[in-house]
Amino acid sequence: MNGLSYRGTWDKPATPPGRLERIGEACGIAALVNLDGRPESGARIGKMIRTMVDRENGLGAGYAAYGLFPERADLYCLQMLFDDRGALERAREFLGKKFRLDADEEIATYPVATLLGKPPICWRFFVAPPKEAEGQEDDYVMAQVFRLNAELAGAFVMSSGKDMAVFKGNGWSHEIFDFYGIGDYEAPLWLAHSRFPTNSPGWWGGAHPFNILGLSIIHNGEITSYGTNRRFVEMWGYRCTLLTDSEVIAYSLDLLLRQQRLPELVACAALAPPYHFLIDEMENGGARELLREIRVNYRPAMLNGPFSVAVATNYEAPTLLGMTDRKKLRPLVAATSADGNTVFLSSEECAIAILGEDATEAWAPHAGKPVIAGVGRGLVRRGTEDYFEGLEIEFANP
Amino acid sequence: MVEVKEKVEAEVRAEAEPYVVEISALDERGEPKPYKALNEEVHRAAAAGCDVIRLRDVHGQRFLAAGMEGRVRLEVYGTPGNDLGIFMDGPTIEVFGSAQDQTGNTMNNGKIVVHGNAWDVTAFAARGGKIFVRGDGGYRIGIHMKEFRRHRPVVVYGGCVREFFGEYMAGGLLVALGLDGRGNAATHNAGREVVGPGLATGIHGGVIYLRGDVPDHYLGVGAVKRGLDERDRKTLEPVLREFGEYFDVPLELIWEKPFTKVVPASSRPYGAYYCGKLI
Repeated sequence: MNGLSYRGTWDKPATPPGRLERIGEACGIAALVNLDGRPESGARIGKMIRTMVDRENGLGAGYAAYGLFPERADLYCLQMLFDDRGALERAREFLGKKFRLDADEEIATYPVATLLGKPPICWRFFVAPPKEAEGQEDDYVMAQVFRLNAELAGAFVMSSGKDMAVFKGNGWSHEIFDFYGIGDYEAPLWLAHSRFPTNSPGWWGGAHPFNILGLSIIHNGEITSYGTNRRFVEMWGYRCTLLTDSEVIAYSLDLLLRQQRLPELVACAALAPPYHFLIDEMENGGARELLREIRVNYRPAMLNGPFSVAVATNYEAPTLLGMTDRKKLRPLVAATSADGNTVFLSSEECAIAILGEDATEAWAPHAGKPVIAGVGRGLVRRGTEDYFEGLEIEFANP
Repeated sequence: MVEVKEKVEAEVRAEAEPYVVEISALDERGEPKPYKALNEEVHRAAAAGCDVIRLRDVHGQRFLAAGMEGRVRLEVYGTPGNDLGIFMDGPTIEVFGSAQDQTGNTMNNGKIVVHGNAWDVTAFAARGGKIFVRGDGGYRIGIHMKEFRRHRPVVVYGGCVREFFGEYMAGGLLVALGLDGRGNAATHNAGREVVGPGLATGIHGGVIYLRGDVPDHYLGVGAVKRGLDERDRKTLEPVLREFGEYFDVPLELIWEKPFTKVVPASSRPYGAYYCGKLI
């Protein structure tokens, strides 16, 4: 069903529509990171995503900012949306039981006349897990987030990481920008997404970025292996509640990167491994064996179908990662600023070029290979290298 | 008779000052104009009989010159959006910057010259005209290209291209030179592959020339490698000369490295695949 049919009738934005299990979309993505950690306002990321207006249809947009709450960086920030006051109070009661509630506040929002339907109540909670959860705080928070999303009527969690937040909703990217006043926030790492839902509903929870703890993703494409991937992450306790394929990528990466602590390059290869006939021809024996192991061990993590994604993490330093599927069925270009300090990712080159003369010539990362850049880490990968190029690969149990 | 008339008309045109129209692709607020509004301005200028349409500050507007006919020349400054020159039938577009995806989609006739890169799916299903790109390309370039009698699309990339080059190609000419750098400073690239795997899968017409060698396992189903003969050189010579003129690349530099030719193994690679017995 086309998401368009929901426009105008959608007055409960934080409740998922019923009886819908459809997936797939085609959207615009933009991201930037300042490698020296210098925060910048949301103005540039807003301009980037707005330039690609032909990629969206007004049924969802969102932003993620990393390095947003340095003064509360040790607390989990739950950014939540509610249908009504009752849902907000139920959530506050739930969180009061499960966490030490450090602070909570209404998320600043501004009236946008063109937004369809009544916008939800936007609230932010800064929480710390209880003493019992010591040593496994992340898992504890994740379990509570899934309980909130699956069981608390009229509410869902937009983001649950430390020192970061997701701002998203059902509307055009410029409407959501104005609604949250994105230009007022300052952060060194930004993601922006504009949505063109093709066969999943347009609603506030279905907008990107999708987040779990410190990881957020924005996605253009559709995951045809969604069933396999969903079963894979559900085995590990993840619950898919947002009626779109994209959220499964967030949970897969949380599993691989945070829980299993795989190196980024290994996790990316698990999602988009090269074909066996290409692995067989590889000259680098270590890479060849490693890729075979990845294909065997992480078979259900492989994402089939077209995608380009940008991922932000803050496990250590805020890091931006971007890649496409292994056949390059969705666009992705990258560029750096002239001073080399900012790395840009975008669906279309025009979104980087419009920022001005300071961007150098863009490059197109190769299919299935990640661009990786982080605050304090520099531009680690351009996505044009060979698999595991320049790395020594040793197997612990040969 | 028609030829004489055209010749006279051309002489008259050459004597007159070209009628140039400049159009900004930004609106009064400094935001990119919607592609439809910009395209309408372009079509109106062409209908008014101008020779050159100069587009300034283009930022991702799609379908520029869509379906346009005639001999008008478009100069694009900035980054044109996807489907540049889609269904175009005659005009010349020169891009002083990079193009995005689907450049020359189903193009019928005319010319597109890109001074930067042009990424994925360039010349998709093109059935005529020429596309010259100084820099690199992405994936699926020249797929489903076709030719009929004198209509023969030509695509030349100065840099490297990626996977699925010429997939399901049915006609035309595809060239990738694998050069690095610009103009006279261009060099034979070292370390970058001129083309990726899945090369010419399902090809059943046309020809591909790649500068340098191509690993056997890069060839798709139905594609075979051949050496170049004198006829190939004759085919390539004018195309490369034209490329060299646009981007200032010396021909001698291009010929320094041998080419690989990729052609279909048969005109009907899947003839026996689905219903071979029926036909």
